[in-house]
Amino acid sequence: MNEQQQSLWSFMAQQHDKLLTQTLQHIGLTFISLIIAVLVGLPLGIFISRRKKLSGTVLGVAGVLQTIPSIALLGFMIPLLGIGAKPAIVALLLYALLPIIRNTYMGITGVDASVKEAAVAMGMTKQQILLKVELPLAMPIILAGIRTATVINVGVATLASYIAAGGLGEFIFGGISLNNTNMILAGAIPAALLAIVFDFLLSRLQSLNLKKLKAATAALPVAVLLMASFYFIPSAYGGKLTAGFTPEFMGRQDGNLGLQSKYGLKIHTIVIGDAVMYKAAYEKELDVISGYSTDGRLKAYDLVVLQDNKRIFPPYYAAPIVREDALQHFPELENTLNMLSGKINDSVMTELNYRTDYLHQTPGRVAKDFLVAKNLWRPERNGHAGTVRIGSKIFGEQYILANMYSMLIKGYTDYEVATKTGLGGTKICFDALTNNQIDLYPEYTGTGLLAIIQPDKKTVDSLSVDKDKTYSYVKNVFTKYYHIKWLQPIGFNNAYALMMRKKQASQLNVKTISDLKRYLDSK
Amino acid sequence: MIKVEQLTKVFNSVKAVDDISFEVKEGENLVLLGTSGCGKTTTLKMLNRLIEPTSGQIFINGKNIQQQPPEELRRGIGYVLQNNGLFPHYTVAENIAVVPQLLKWGKAKIDNRVNELMEKLHLPVGYLNKYPHQLSGGQQQRVGLARALVADPPVLLMDEPFGALDNVTRSKIHEEFKSLDELKRKTIILVTHDVQEAFELGDRICLMDKGKIIQEGTPAELLFNPVNDFVKEFLKHQRLQLELKLAPQLPKGGTPEANVWEGLEQLKFDGSKNSQAKFEQLMAAFYNYKKAQPHE
Repeated sequence: MNEQQQSLWSFMAQQHDKLLTQTLQHIGLTFISLIIAVLVGLPLGIFISRRKKLSGTVLGVAGVLQTIPSIALLGFMIPLLGIGAKPAIVALLLYALLPIIRNTYMGITGVDASVKEAAVAMGMTKQQILLKVELPLAMPIILAGIRTATVINVGVATLASYIAAGGLGEFIFGGISLNNTNMILAGAIPAALLAIVFDFLLSRLQSLNLKKLKAATAALPVAVLLMASFYFIPSAYGGKLTAGFTPEFMGRQDGNLGLQSKYGLKIHTIVIGDAVMYKAAYEKELDVISGYSTDGRLKAYDLVVLQDNKRIFPPYYAAPIVREDALQHFPELENTLNMLSGKINDSVMTELNYRTDYLHQTPGRVAKDFLVAKNLWRPERNGHAGTVRIGSKIFGEQYILANMYSMLIKGYTDYEVATKTGLGGTKICFDALTNNQIDLYPEYTGTGLLAIIQPDKKTVDSLSVDKDKTYSYVKNVFTKYYHIKWLQPIGFNNAYALMMRKKQASQLNVKTISDLKRYLDSK
Repeated sequence: MIKVEQLTKVFNSVKAVDDISFEVKEGENLVLLGTSGCGKTTTLKMLNRLIEPTSGQIFINGKNIQQQPPEELRRGIGYVLQNNGLFPHYTVAENIAVVPQLLKWGKAKIDNRVNELMEKLHLPVGYLNKYPHQLSGGQQQRVGLARALVADPPVLLMDEPFGALDNVTRSKIHEEFKSLDELKRKTIILVTHDVQEAFELGDRICLMDKGKIIQEGTPAELLFNPVNDFVKEFLKHQRLQLELKLAPQLPKGGTPEANVWEGLEQLKFDGSKNSQAKFEQLMAAFYNYKKAQPHE
């Protein structure tokens, strides 16, 4: 429980270079997209102020864009633009458009009609009227729109880390996955501060009087461009190969930290969401990724696992974990859940995952096919002896397991089942379990050890080589401290693994992580 | 100087201006008079192409205005609006200098001209760097007038220029307006719904109703020789005051050109012994004037 005792301040001090990089990336992302949004939104706003018939349509479309959930919007971007900065900037830009277009339109149409008439009657050309009269008078309202857009962008930019665009989201989502509050706060507090500071600065600009505004309006683009360039500073270095690691992997001792300390691996790394990582590797945008050894996409995208010759990745044997009071309340539950024990090995799990992740079969269908093939499937008994609540994390394997457990419970007992699948990460799942929101979920021994128990380094080193030792250690600690029971392991080991494209790995003659380091170190 | 031929403007099948023609000579003040909706403002705005006519033609200095680029045309015509239309983000000096800037005058020339107008319009030089909202309504209107006069355009269009002012300020500005040398040389078309203003400032008046010109003539012609009942009705309520204003204190050719109304106004404050005699003198002048007018 070392991490808990570490203060937020010492965490930030320790990670200050990362924090700085992420903050600069965050500012950069916010302002690059803001610049483009202004370049698009301002002329569009002016245009619809001239053609008022189009204003409804344009504002309507921009309004709809605004209502698309940010994660979904990022998701839409990936097939079009891949991963990294491009899709993130486009998504942020789309969010920033509405306030800018709307306020430009409102500002220009709101200019006093007699002032406009005077400008025409003085003999100004249309362009002169726009530049000398309409835009200066609309500027406070346009600035208010830019201010809104900036604050929205600072918020949405946290999600950019899902698609390898960096930013403070790396800490926030890494922290959620790792059950590390300090890490979450190290991302969330600077993000909130950025929003507050930019909002304040722009509000000052807005309240300047018209005369000073002229000078300020000239200085603003320069300042914004400067901030936008922040994004490129941290990514100025490159390398032979590019690695894409999940935020969780980045912060783990049995992840990137271990790769650096035990293997001395130095590789150009970007942070990316699990959902797009494999595809990015397949499409050669990434060369090395941090995957899971049973992931179906391993097969789908023709990737190969590099041997962990120094054994830094501890075993991740999956087993259902159940609150003890739930086991007492549902006496038949334990035996039913243990029916799956020893039935699924690594390759079977990879195959099942392949069917959901790549062939897009539903987890329910995959679960049922498997149970039928193993002669475990039985029709539902439709009993009413209480409801068992099953949770799962937000990836395919967990969905399949949750479905299997649901079918087994319905087929072999009189209990009803409620599934709460898609709980964001380890922290969310585990908190749901301890707070009596769910009764069980499938967990992995390694996660239990490193993300939840977080014992000192010596204990980890002594345990992580041996799968049985790890299992019995977490089982004991969970029973003692959390009153949660680890049931029998299901059989497969879904450990972290470094992966590369098969073809590239054989070309470079890389089979182990040490091979990879040798290749990277050779000039 | 300005010639309007068969001018018509149709808005959504309503004839706002219906086949009107009139002429304005150089240096003349023509007032377009009428109630709101009579088409007087529409007529005015067609003269500098703020509104394009449906049919008809307008010539200024013999040139058809449809054949000139509108911006160029407008830079040669002064325009004063009812709500002054000053640019709120420009200082007084910048507001006055708008047209010279468009005409690309040198800085020294602009400064000289702006200062000259400030003085002529009785605006303190300290106001040069103030913003319009810091000025009173009357001062704003003077700045609006200065802006219209700055490039010394031969033609000045005024749309209810004093309509938003209180009575005291208005009569003060009227006085200045009449005595301003800059305006004496100009051909002015002024729109108003105020009969007193029309009579005070207009050399000639076009009385309009429902898009048509009902009568065109000098104030005296309208007052003493109305073409129909509409004209008579229009002037009825203020008839005596208008007549008093038209009657000169001295027979034709005499100086000064003060009218009976002004004489009476001064009399109120006089209170001297000979005020009785002076009053009778004024009344006699009025009687003679009335007698000289053709009767209906």
